[in-house]
Amino acid sequence: MKPAFSVLFFTVTSGIGYGLLMWLVGVQLISSAAVNVNNFLIAGFVGLTLATLGLLSSTLHLANQKNAWRAFSRFRTSWLSREGVFSLVYYPVILAYALLIYLSKGELSLLTYTLGVLSVLVALATVICTGMIYASLKPIRQWHNPLVTPLYLLFSITSGALLYACMLYVLEGQVSRSITVMFLLLLAVSFIAKMLYFRVIGKPDGATIGSATGFSQAHVRLLDAGHNADTFLTKEFVFDAGAMKLLRLRYLMIILAFVVPLGLAILTLAWDIAPAIFIAMLSLYAGLFLERWLFFAEARHVVRLYHGDQRA
Amino acid sequence: MKLGLVIDLDTCVGCHACATACKQWNTSGTIGPLSDQLPYGKDPSGSWLNRIRTFEVNKAEVNQANLPSEGCGSQVFDLHALATQGESALAGVGVNGSPASKTVHMPMSCMQCEDADCVTVCPTGASYKREEDGIVLVDQDKCMGCNLCSWACPYGARELDEEQGVMKKCTLCVDRIYDQNLPESERKPACVLSCPTSSRVFGDFDDPTSEVSKLTVERAGQALMPELGYKPTNRYLPPRDKGEVAAMEKTNEPALSKLKKWANRMIAR
Repeated sequence: MKPAFSVLFFTVTSGIGYGLLMWLVGVQLISSAAVNVNNFLIAGFVGLTLATLGLLSSTLHLANQKNAWRAFSRFRTSWLSREGVFSLVYYPVILAYALLIYLSKGELSLLTYTLGVLSVLVALATVICTGMIYASLKPIRQWHNPLVTPLYLLFSITSGALLYACMLYVLEGQVSRSITVMFLLLLAVSFIAKMLYFRVIGKPDGATIGSATGFSQAHVRLLDAGHNADTFLTKEFVFDAGAMKLLRLRYLMIILAFVVPLGLAILTLAWDIAPAIFIAMLSLYAGLFLERWLFFAEARHVVRLYHGDQRA
Repeated sequence: MKLGLVIDLDTCVGCHACATACKQWNTSGTIGPLSDQLPYGKDPSGSWLNRIRTFEVNKAEVNQANLPSEGCGSQVFDLHALATQGESALAGVGVNGSPASKTVHMPMSCMQCEDADCVTVCPTGASYKREEDGIVLVDQDKCMGCNLCSWACPYGARELDEEQGVMKKCTLCVDRIYDQNLPESERKPACVLSCPTSSRVFGDFDDPTSEVSKLTVERAGQALMPELGYKPTNRYLPPRDKGEVAAMEKTNEPALSKLKKWANRMIAR
């Protein structure tokens, strides 16, 4: 699949934004300490801005934006519609929560508490829907895979945790050990899940040129695709980065998204070298961007079987 | 009703008449125009609702890549195999021009699937499947051009119109087949009418006495990629088994005597 920049930016950036907001509200609901209203509003603003920038970017890849409002109409069947609805519902919930926190100067009433829980649930639902948009597509076996949605969720919460740790350092002047430890745990789980994902997609499976043409008991190969210039199908689905390049980028992704943030977060914990956590954040963001690029570049749609591939 | 097409791979000659007739009819039909980009330029492209691919099918060799393979499965990353063996890890073995091989032309348009994921993934409700005859259509006024339905289609039946930013797909000539102003013999999709070898048959698969149902039973009509579970309606009739064509024998006869023999044969006529 051709990686579209707007979609990569959307899934990574919105994921971090929702992740940060989930941590921000979640920690506030669980901890007994009084809420610092100003800090909450600043961090919340950053989270919501990231989520919004991502959502706006996602509309850039629409070829007919004037009909985008219709995307909220098929909640019962379409994951894309569900994502749209949840992302929209999130705004009144989180804004009402922030307003109540502001008005009550950080005191949690039952209503505030309910809104807070609701905001976390809606943010979770939005990220799950993003994952399900891809996981529900049967023609792409690298996406139609039970690990895809958990990975979207894990990366959102993990990157959100690191950004939350960064925000806490900026606002409160010290590194939160508990959040950094949580980040490290989540990073480890994400790493295991991503390696499992690579293992699963590495096994040949699914449709072949035989089932695509109906000749399952013969050797089949494409002689002519019927056109001599690119078509919508080749432009959208046939993306070949080259196996060697993909492999190298996988290693680079592992270094940027896992190894560097892991090392720097441990450095932060062990020696209180706080600025390291910001470099970890930048590295993780770049790593996740690369992870999302690979998610597209390595996905082989079955329509490629009609353009020269032998198996999905 | 379950309307669809039967395509005879035995007689299709790959002339692309169905595709051009389709383009001609539908560019001025209900979902038209079907725009082109640089139609007279170096790399012309555009929206087509029907495309013809040509395959070499060799019955002598069963494709190893077609079978569930264990070869790469033991490796952690398929990419390792790809990187070391090159594309041959994905491509099958060569065919070597064996006499058992056959050229098969395969026209493909929308399969009018019973479980059409392109309809369920659509967030705007632009994609829909008609209850009365099973035709899958796109409401051009509602589509927002997100491409998700084309991703959900395994057959490459949907193409975005780059100029209008909306999705185009085969309508089974819904604006022809019910037109009472046309003589009944012409109430068929444009591709079916234009086919010079009558390789395309249109009809109702729900009716066991229809030509499409009978052909599907008689000639073991195949669905493409049934394992994905979309339940495509269209069926492809496999080429008839005609056996191998004997190759011409080579002789060492001098050209002059061959010419004499040929001249004698001509005179004898």
